[in-house]
Amino acid sequence: MIEIENLRKSFGALQVLKGINLTVANGEVVTIIGGSGSGKSTLLTCINGLEAIDGGSIKIDGVEVHAKATDINKLRQNVGIVFQQWNAFPHLTVLEDVMLAPRKVLGVAKHQAEEIATKHLVHVGLGDKIGVYPSRLSGGQQQRMAIARALAMQPKYMLFDEVTSALDPQLVGEVLDTLKMLATEGMTMICVTHEMAFAREVSNRVAFFHQGVVAEIGSPDQIFGSPQNPETQKFLSGVR
Amino acid sequence: MFETALTLNDLWFLAKGAGMTLAVTAVSVAAGTAMGVIFGVIRAQFGPFWSAPLTFVLDIFRSVPLLIQLVLANAFQAIAKFGWEPFTTSCVVLSLYTAAYCTEIVRGGIDAVPVTTRRAARSLGLTWAQDMRYIVAPLATRVSLPAWIGLTLGVMKDSALVLWLGLTELLKSSQILVTRLQEPLFILLICGAIYFLISFPIARLGGYLERRWSPND
Repeated sequence: MIEIENLRKSFGALQVLKGINLTVANGEVVTIIGGSGSGKSTLLTCINGLEAIDGGSIKIDGVEVHAKATDINKLRQNVGIVFQQWNAFPHLTVLEDVMLAPRKVLGVAKHQAEEIATKHLVHVGLGDKIGVYPSRLSGGQQQRMAIARALAMQPKYMLFDEVTSALDPQLVGEVLDTLKMLATEGMTMICVTHEMAFAREVSNRVAFFHQGVVAEIGSPDQIFGSPQNPETQKFLSGVR
Repeated sequence: MFETALTLNDLWFLAKGAGMTLAVTAVSVAAGTAMGVIFGVIRAQFGPFWSAPLTFVLDIFRSVPLLIQLVLANAFQAIAKFGWEPFTTSCVVLSLYTAAYCTEIVRGGIDAVPVTTRRAARSLGLTWAQDMRYIVAPLATRVSLPAWIGLTLGVMKDSALVLWLGLTELLKSSQILVTRLQEPLFILLICGAIYFLISFPIARLGGYLERRWSPND
């Protein structure tokens, strides 16, 4: 379970998160929608401990992410994150890229890491690209590789930060299909997205962020069917 | 020009000089690179403010002419009664000189690795050291290699200045022969050819590594 309580975060004078409260149960898929600058992506990087926070707390399975005593590298093994930019490691082949973290972080033996990596690459539909360097892949394929790389750590939670925003329109579908597949398999996921149809289809709950707070949260039918907050209504009428 | 008093023995004498040039260069480049990597990581990691004292010292080694550094260091070690051989003094000075340049090359290479790539690595649970070892080091090495090869070739030629401390390296050997045989053009031609012969493989090695490392570009 991920519990976020009164989370606050500023970049200099700019307060990005102004007291976020959000709890994500195991097996749940929560999507976060909202305009740019509403703090959606910042929240995800805070959950993974990549950003320091200014107040409040994030607990993952009861462990506080930003507590000094927390071994952040160990915690991250349970929380995979995929970014808008896929950030492939250009000097490694697809297989080596996905194997790296299991080998070095989990200390898995080489042949076993190969097996794990291959399994996840096949799972995201890259079984035929294993020995290839990432520069030979399309954006959609690189993004699926990034997903496989995160999955190879066998995390309990997955965070997706606008993973289709940097893709050509015709490549968006293949990545969303991968996410849908993970959702049906019961992965606990938080997805920041601009793909409303996707959010409606896979989410258990949808959270609308506005100016650093959760302005509205509810089932997809509630949020998309009959949004209560005027800001939500304005946002949704704008994206449709 | 084709009738020369130069004998095989003299060629052997030049070869020994070249050996000294190679020895000074090898020691200095090895030690200088090791220091440069450490200093470069410090520079990249702690930012310009906290590494300012280090940067200042290295700037001195980069800006003062090498000849002056050699002469001053030799005088200093004599005054301080270190009892260093000219070879030791030469290597110490050239190492620091190399390190000063290498630090900037390493820092530039590290800075060239996108922050987002490093973030992705850390997000997987890799520690700072693992990120440095498996992501930053290989990528930064690729970026830095051409400049580092250039530095190595530069140090090899600059090492000629150690003759002022009394080391008989390649250039000094040539001078000795010129004085004795009075055939400056011919001997300097040979000396230049030897410099070329030892530089060329290093330059080619750089080209080879660049090609080998870029199947993914």
